[in-house]
Parts: sequence; structure tokens; C-alpha cells
Amino acid sequence: MFGLSKRDAGLLFVVALLCLFAPFILNPFPEGSAMAQFNGGYPDLMQRLVIFGIFAIGFNILFGLTGYLSFGHAAFLGVGSYAAIWMMKLLTMNVIPAIMVSVLVAGLFSLLVGWISLRRSGIYFSILTLAFAQMSYALAYSVLTPITGGETGLQPKHTDPRILDGALPAGQSPRANLFGLDMKASTQLQLGDWVFTFNAGYYIAAAIMLVAFYLSIRIFRSPLGMMLRAVKSNQQRMNYTGLNSKPYTLAAFVISGMYAGLAGGLLVAMDTQVGAERMFWTASGEVVLMTILGGAGTLIGPILGAGFIKYMENIVSKINDNVLHGWFSFMPDGIENFMVTIIHPFVGKGWHLTLGLLFMLVVIFLPGGLVEGGQRIGNLFKRKKADPKSPDGTTTTPAE
Amino acid sequence: MDAILLQILNGLDKGSAYALIALGLTLIFGTLGVVNFAHGALFMIGAFCAVTFSKLLTLSHTIIDDTRKDFLGNPMKVDVPYIHEFVGQTTGDAIIDWAVPLSILFAVPVMIAIGFIMERGLIKHFYKRPHADQILVTFGLAIVLQEVIKFFYGANPIPTPAPAVFAGSFDFGAMLGFDPNTIIYPYWRLVYFGFAAVIIGAVFAFLQFTTFGMVVRAGMADRETVGLLGINIDKRFTIMFGIAAAVAGLAGVMYAPINSPNYHMGMDFLVLSFVVVVVGGMGSLPGAVLAGFLLGILESFASMSAILELIPGINQIIIYLVAIIILLTRPRGLMGRKGVMEE
Amino acid sequence: MSFSNLTRRGLIKTSAAAGAGLALPTYLSAASHAGYTNAPQGDTVTLGFNVPQSGPYADEGADELRAFELAVEHLNGGGDGGMMQTFSSKALNGTGILGKKVEYVTGDTQTKSDAARASAKSMIEKDGAVMISGGSSSGVAVAVQALCQEAGVIFMAGLTHANDTTGKDKRANGFRHFFNSYMSGAALAPILANEYGKDRKAYHLTADYNWGYTTEEAVRSSTEAFGWETVNAVKTPLTQTDFSAYIAPVLQSGADVLVLNHYGGNMVNSLTNAVQFGLRDKMVNGKKFEIVVPLYSELMARGAGANIKGILGSQNWDWKLEDQLGSRYSGTNAFVQSFGTKYGFPPSQAAHTCYVQTMLYADAVTRAGSFNPCAVVEALEGFEFDGMGNGPTLYRADDHQCFKDVVVVKGKENPENEYDLVEIVEVTPADQVTYAPDHEQFAGGSLGSCNAGA
Repeated sequence: MFGLSKRDAGLLFVVALLCLFAPFILNPFPEGSAMAQFNGGYPDLMQRLVIFGIFAIGFNILFGLTGYLSFGHAAFLGVGSYAAIWMMKLLTMNVIPAIMVSVLVAGLFSLLVGWISLRRSGIYFSILTLAFAQMSYALAYSVLTPITGGETGLQPKHTDPRILDGALPAGQSPRANLFGLDMKASTQLQLGDWVFTFNAGYYIAAAIMLVAFYLSIRIFRSPLGMMLRAVKSNQQRMNYTGLNSKPYTLAAFVISGMYAGLAGGLLVAMDTQVGAERMFWTASGEVVLMTILGGAGTLIGPILGAGFIKYMENIVSKINDNVLHGWFSFMPDGIENFMVTIIHPFVGKGWHLTLGLLFMLVVIFLPGGLVEGGQRIGNLFKRKKADPKSPDGTTTTPAE
Repeated sequence: MDAILLQILNGLDKGSAYALIALGLTLIFGTLGVVNFAHGALFMIGAFCAVTFSKLLTLSHTIIDDTRKDFLGNPMKVDVPYIHEFVGQTTGDAIIDWAVPLSILFAVPVMIAIGFIMERGLIKHFYKRPHADQILVTFGLAIVLQEVIKFFYGANPIPTPAPAVFAGSFDFGAMLGFDPNTIIYPYWRLVYFGFAAVIIGAVFAFLQFTTFGMVVRAGMADRETVGLLGINIDKRFTIMFGIAAAVAGLAGVMYAPINSPNYHMGMDFLVLSFVVVVVGGMGSLPGAVLAGFLLGILESFASMSAILELIPGINQIIIYLVAIIILLTRPRGLMGRKGVMEE
Repeated sequence: MSFSNLTRRGLIKTSAAAGAGLALPTYLSAASHAGYTNAPQGDTVTLGFNVPQSGPYADEGADELRAFELAVEHLNGGGDGGMMQTFSSKALNGTGILGKKVEYVTGDTQTKSDAARASAKSMIEKDGAVMISGGSSSGVAVAVQALCQEAGVIFMAGLTHANDTTGKDKRANGFRHFFNSYMSGAALAPILANEYGKDRKAYHLTADYNWGYTTEEAVRSSTEAFGWETVNAVKTPLTQTDFSAYIAPVLQSGADVLVLNHYGGNMVNSLTNAVQFGLRDKMVNGKKFEIVVPLYSELMARGAGANIKGILGSQNWDWKLEDQLGSRYSGTNAFVQSFGTKYGFPPSQAAHTCYVQTMLYADAVTRAGSFNPCAVVEALEGFEFDGMGNGPTLYRADDHQCFKDVVVVKGKENPENEYDLVEIVEVTPADQVTYAPDHEQFAGGSLGSCNAGA
């Protein structure tokens, strides 16, 4: 199917189903119940999950295949975002030009950065990409303020020119749309106490992620992908056979930069604003963490990692003492307060602590990331001898 | 001229902080081959050793002073440090005043212990794992460590002043024949510079002139062969980790008066110290120190207003720009060895 | 797919009230909707408190959250009522807002505009918040304000001081109680001229981002009007931690005043560094060298420790106002009393502004008789009130900025405890800090019209 092996097509199908039914899967708890705090099926989070999924898929094409660890990928996401918002300010609130230009601009920028950085390998490469990203961040936050908005970022205003759009009706703020379909438009389905939200923007982003995922499978399975894996396993030997690896790695770098730009453009399309923090090194580090956490070099790992981190960030940080008291209110007062005191450091403002602990636990006990966790559980049920191959046919040993 | 001299002085001081952190980081890179993202957190914990020690010194009990009222109109609670009762008010205040230098004594064992626990409990299991895993686990550890500090000390910076005798600044300008006040430098920063020089010198001497150091250097060059010679290199590496942690911690202790410690100061330094190490060249201790001073001085120059008028924003990017230029002209940084972390 | 921004919580209640069948899928249409985003259904209303809980401003965020919790308690009739007793508008009576019990959700802005928007969006989309408040930087305030405008909810800004929030980035759905850079400059300049003389040479160190720019501009233009000369202004990177390279050349320049347009950790570090360099002990041009920090906060003062002593700056409010300057600032003591009783220490200005913003919102809803954002905007525009600790205050209709007296403070020489670090020097009356809505420092924006959302 679509030029994929049966196994890959199956994987694509599973991801498509997950995307399609995400509003149900992420909202397992009935409204009003104490567990509803853990529901993640609201438009903004669902959009972020798939957008950062795209970002991580793209990063994995570079890191998972070639082993080149870029520590500056957030710069491409940021540049893509700025390009998109300018399209929205100058041209039209339709997301199509914004997304296309964001991919293009990020591709060009990554061509420049990759062309320079790929002269070095290993940690020297990482530091070069980090340096470019940090420079982009610092300049965007300060001297480039006229272009980037600096600290306050950029948002569409009703006073922007927007030459392709007609004048806004009074009282309307500019809304990102796809030929008139508002990205924020939602419809809801109520089943008993459960309410599920279907958001236009989410489904558009999810469709784009499926395309991106499909392309990444094709790249993994293509001769280019084979070449890139050769770079990872032994670049020297490859060079000795007379192959110049640079064009291949540069291609991988630019492709993953374009994925980052696509994610940046989609972020703007779903939530029309850009801030320079998007390019800070912690944002670059985040995509590294997503990929490793999910399982570097595997197809689905980065999506899982991205989902895991974004879910934690948005859900755990919102649990405050008030909520905790609500959960344990059925207990006697003493025990209730004790439970709240115990859990308090790990939720709400302590969500970073939980995240840090989970990073450590996953990497200590699941060297192949969440994908390996999934496999182990799968094997447990199958009661078969452990299959050394991951679903996409490569070993789960993460790249260096 | 005086402006340039001043910035060189400045750069040396800034550079000594970078060099100290980078030195510890390189020790761990070089000996253990581990990318330690928790190194900034060790620096931060060092600074909080100073904070904790001053808090210990000022441990107080509360007495109620009926003659004064607090902001709600209730009788005022006054804290009296125990140390005032033990050694009298004057001596007590003098000891509290010297809290930062004294806390070195407290920080060294604490940091070595933390280093040992980290190496034995966690890092040891990651020697054979890919660098990416090392990054993830040490980054997770860094987050955990800083969140623990935040839980106990809050997010706000905590003022940790140097002893009163080091307040104010020394006038180099007057000494060198310039106008007074043109080249001034704070006493405490001079102390920091001297301290850094001593520590860096001590680490080099230790590696260069002791048998232990020789074995470690041999292990850095070829771990397997040294192991085959029947030397227990693991134990020595654990000790090296402890030393590296202590170096980072001491850098943090002495830095506390310069910038009030806060829980994320480690992350602020982390990226910078990695840049310094890599620009210096992976696995090279002299390279790390050299790069520290070089970047410190260039950063200081970039902040001069004459240069800022020429190239606006250069102070924002100078370190990264220099890093790119150096890495493009010298493939392995200033003094890096071939084949270290190049895969 | 034409209906937007329904919340699940609101929905549940609507449908339950309508007795909608539970077994069959129910599709809702806009017709069953109250005509604005997140119209509260049933007997509760949800407010969203979006404060920094991680990152450098986490402690400030924690204080804001305390104030929000206190405000909710008072609105629901708990505690001693705080400033509700002194507030000039008597619409609130302790039965929630419009008879609906006030509930709240919290989130972490991380002091990043992306994270703040994500958090605010989850409050709007998931929890059905009808108003968002809080925040500790102008970048976040502007980003969230724009979001609230799009989504059709009210944004009551927390701590944000850049002119842009009610200047070039102002929005009809956003309101700022906190003062701004211009006001700081206008309030400080006469007092600086008075204390340090009119013949001064100032050297500015400015944080290299929007807030820094507007603050430098405001302080420069106000002090230059009094005869000061600005010898140099150097921009410093936000990520800078060691400011020695910027401070060392100050004395060479011949300046005799250093103005630190820094906030938070930047300010703590630059001030600490400046004091280390012994600047404050120097005599330049026959005058004692002075340092000025235009925007002050209690937490910054605590972080700077002894270095803050004698440093002049401005604040939105201080907990000692009513005690020291009399009943013009009524409300202050009531608030300090209830905050102090609950938490054991006096509130910061960030806590005060967040508490007041919540009360003002509740009051506006009550007076308007509706949660509809457009009704709230109408009720708040041009609203004059008193008894909230700042003296008589106006919420100006032209830009949704509050105009009130500005407190000029300086670091206390002998603080009695860690909460008593600043003393009030003087209060600059509101009319001296009032500017025309089209003032050049605020040019380039437009409120647009209110957006009620769905």
C-alpha cells in the first residue's frame, strides 16, 4: 500500500487511527469526575501533540538515521514560525501560504547552517548547531526586535495590511483559516458524561502529520535512508569506498530542517503568535529529549516522546493543591493532608521534578525509549521470545 | 588604552569562572568519556553549599519582643542566632561575615560525596551506553537536582555576601599611573581569580606529578590497556569524578558573592561551559582553560560601548560567533585530540 | 464545523439543564449558546490564574497565586472580606459573582509566551475559564492578551510594566492595573532631581528587550527634562549573569548616576556587581555616585540583600502606604491584614495587583449584570474607583490602563525583617504621571473592539 511494506503500512494505519480517534483516546474520563484533570482531549493540546510529533519525526530523520546530534533544531522551528506569521500579517490569514513559506524559509536556513556545521562531526557538530541557534535566539530577542517583535513576539493585528484578505468586519480579530474554515472551529459530541471535541485545526494538523510520517517512512526505506544509516555505522569506511557522504547528510539535515519549519508554521497556524523563546537552547534540547525518550531511530518513537513531554507539561503543571484536596477529600482529614503533602512536590509547580525523574527512569530501565517499553509489554502478552527487531526493522539501539 | 586594560582584567576574571567549570567538565569527559549535563547543577549545588552554610551559621531561635510590633500589630518575633550565644555577638558576627570562605571546608566533603554517589549510583552504568543516553540521564538528574534546591530555597536569588573586608574595589589605574577610578576592580573578584588559578594549578600538578595522576592520564589515553596492566582504573575514575565535582562545587561556592545564587544558575552556565570545553578541544585540559580565558576576554571586549556602536548586538552572540570561527578553522577546537567524541 | 469554542464543562451543564437525552449523541449548535465564549452555566464560574510557577519568577508567581486564592475566598464570602469592605463600589456582597460561586484553575506560564499561551488556552478550552489573569512579564502579558482577544475572554494583566501592553500592543479585551515604564520615569524624575540635583550625568544599562527599551526611553526623557544629561546607554543581553564588563567602564565615562533598567535576576546581579565595584562609595564630579533602579519589587530587593540600601526606584504599591501616608490609600491595611493573617507575611505589589484585578473584574461583571466580555469591557472602561490601596484610580477607556499615584521607594537602611526592605520616599500624584493616550511612547497600537467570542 502506497509503496510501503505490509508492516510499515500497518504502522501508518495505526498512527492514522490514533490521530483520527485522538479526541476519544485522550478523553478517557467523564466530565466532572476527579480524573477529568487528566483528560488531554482539548484542541490546543491535541494540536501541540501532533505538531511536536512532526518536529520530532523530522529530527529523527537526521539524528536517528545519521547519528548527527543537532542541538539547534529549534532555530528552524522559530524561523519557520516567523516566516508564517509575516505571511499572515502581510498576505492573508489563510494558512496555506504561511505553512508553505515557513517550510521554504526553514529549508533555506537549514541549508546554510547545515552546509557550515556538517564540516564537523560528533560533538563539534552539535556545538556548531547550538551556536547558530543561540545566535538566532539572542538576535531575535534583542536587536532584531523590529522584525521579530522581540520579547513581546508577533501576533496578527486588525491593523495589518493583509493584501489578499478583505477588510475585517468590526469587532472581529483576524483568525487563521483554511479557505474560510476557522482553525479554532470545533464541534462536540456528547455521550453520557463524556464530551469529545473535534477541532478543525487539529484534524488539519493531524493530516499533515500523517503525510509527514508517511514521507519519513519512505525516507527510512529509501536508498537515501540506507546511505544515511551507513553514515551512522561507519562514516570513515563509507568515505574510503569512495562515497562522499556530505550530500546525503546535508540532504537529511535540510529535510529535517524543513520538518521543523513545517512544525513552526503549523504552530502559528493553530495559535497565531511567535515568541523568540521558541528558539532558545532548551527548546532544541526538548526535541532531542522527545526523540531519545520515545526511541531514536525508530519510526514511531519520536511521536510518542513528543506526546509524552507535551502531555506532562500541560496536564501535570495544572494540578494544584486545590485539585489534590478534591481528589483525596473522601479520606479522613489527617490522611488527606498527608497525601496532599506527599504528592504536592511532584505536581503543579513541581512538574519539572516529575519530568526529570521520568527521564531518568525511562533511560535507566528502557534504553530503547518508550518504544522498547511498548515492545516489552507486547512481548509479555505474546509470551514469545523477545524479538530483537523493532517494528520498523532496525534495532532499537539509539544512535550516538 | 585604560578601557582595554580594564576589559582584559574583566575578561581574565570572567574567564577564570568559565575555565574552572570547563576544567571539571573536561575531567569527566576525558577520563570517563561521559557527557555530563549535570555539571552545571554541581556548580549550582556548590553555590548553595555556601548558602546552606550561612544558614547553618545563622540558625536561630525565636524570642518574642513585646516592645515592638510586627506588620499585623502582633508582638514582634525576633530571631537570635545560636552562634551569638555560643561565642558572643562580636565573634559570632565575624564568623557569619566569613561564611563564604569558611563554607569551602563544608563544600569539599559534600561535593566529593555527591560526586561519588553520582558516579557509583548512576554514571557508572552509563559508560557503555551511547552519548545520547548519557545526555538524557544527566539532564534528567540536573532537572531533579535543581528542582530539589528550588523546593527548599525557592526561586528567588539569595544574597550571599563576601566578607566585609573584601567590599569595595582596588584601584589599578592609580597604581599604573592612570587617573584614579579609571581601572578599578573589586577585591572579591581578584580573590576569585587567584583562587581559580590555585585550583587549576593544583589539578594540573596533581595529574602531572603524582603516580595517581599518571595512571589517570594513561587511562584517559587508553583505558583498556591500563586495565590490562592490572590497575584498577575504575576506582581511580570514581575518585576523579569526585574531584571534578569538588572543582565545580568550589567554583560555585566562591561565585556565590559575585552573583546571588538561584536554582537555575547551573543551567545558565551549562551551555556556555560546553561551548568552552568544545572550543578548547575535547579531552584537553589546557585547551579548556585556554578557551575559558579566551572567550571571557572576547566577551568583555564585545561589551564595550565603542564596539557595540560599531556592531549592535555583538555582545549577544560573540561567544557563539567565536566558537563557530574556531571550530571551522581548527577542526578539533584549540587543542583537541583526534578521534575524541567525533563519531 | 461552524461552531467554535464551546467548553465541555459549560456544555455538560447546559445539556443537563435542558434535560438532553444521555443515551443519544447530542450535537450542539451555536443557537443554544449564550452568545459569548465560556458563558458560565449552572451555579459556578471559572477563572483562570496563569502565573509563572517555574523559572526565575516562580516566587513572584507563587505570591500572585496566594493573592488570587485570597480574592476567590473573599468573593465567595470567606475570610474577612479584605478590600471588599473598603472598595468604593459596593456591588460585591460575598456571594460569588452574580450569585455564582467562583472556582479557579491554575497554570504555569514558565515566563515564556508559548507556554503561557498553551496554559491559557487549556484554561479556556478545557476548563471553561471566562477570565484569565496573572503573569509576571510583558512578553507573556502581550501574548496572552492577544490570545484572550481572539478567544473572546477578558484578560486582567498581572505584573507587566512595559509601555507596549497598553501601548502598541493594547487590546480591547485586556486591562492593566499595574503601572508602566512611562509612569516610572515621570514619577521618579522630580524626586531624583530633588534628591540628587539637576546637574547629573546618567549612564544607563538597559536590558536588551522591549521592556528595557521602553523603560530606558521613559527614564531618559523624564530626567533629561529636569536637566540631567545621559552620557551613555548600553544594552545588556537578557541571558547575561555577570555584568562586570558593563559596569567597569561606568566610572571612566564621567557619569555620576547609574540607571539599571533591569528586572528580576538581571537587576539583582547588575546591582550586586555595581556595588561590588564600589561605585556607591565613589565621588564623581564632586558628587556622590548614585544608582537608580526604575522598577522595584520586594523579591528583587530581597535577592539583592544589603546592596539595595538607599537605592531609589518606583513601585505600584507598598504594604505600608496607608500606615505612613494616611487614609487616601485605604484598602491597603485591609488587604495586608487578611493576606498577612492567612499567609504570615505582608503581600508584594504583584500580589496586590492580582488581587485588585480579580476584584475589579468581579465588580465589573456584577455592575454589568453579565459575564459577556463586551459588557465587562463597557463596565470597566472609564471606571473610577477608590479604596483599593492606590487612592482614587481611573481605568482609562482609551487604552485600558489604570491611572493612580506612583510610589517612589528606596531600600531601607536597617530592615527589621526580610519583608521590610523598602521605605516609601514619596508618592507622585496620578495627574503627574498621566499622559495623553496618543503619547509617542505609546503610539502604534489600537484597541480594536471587544470580542465576545462565539
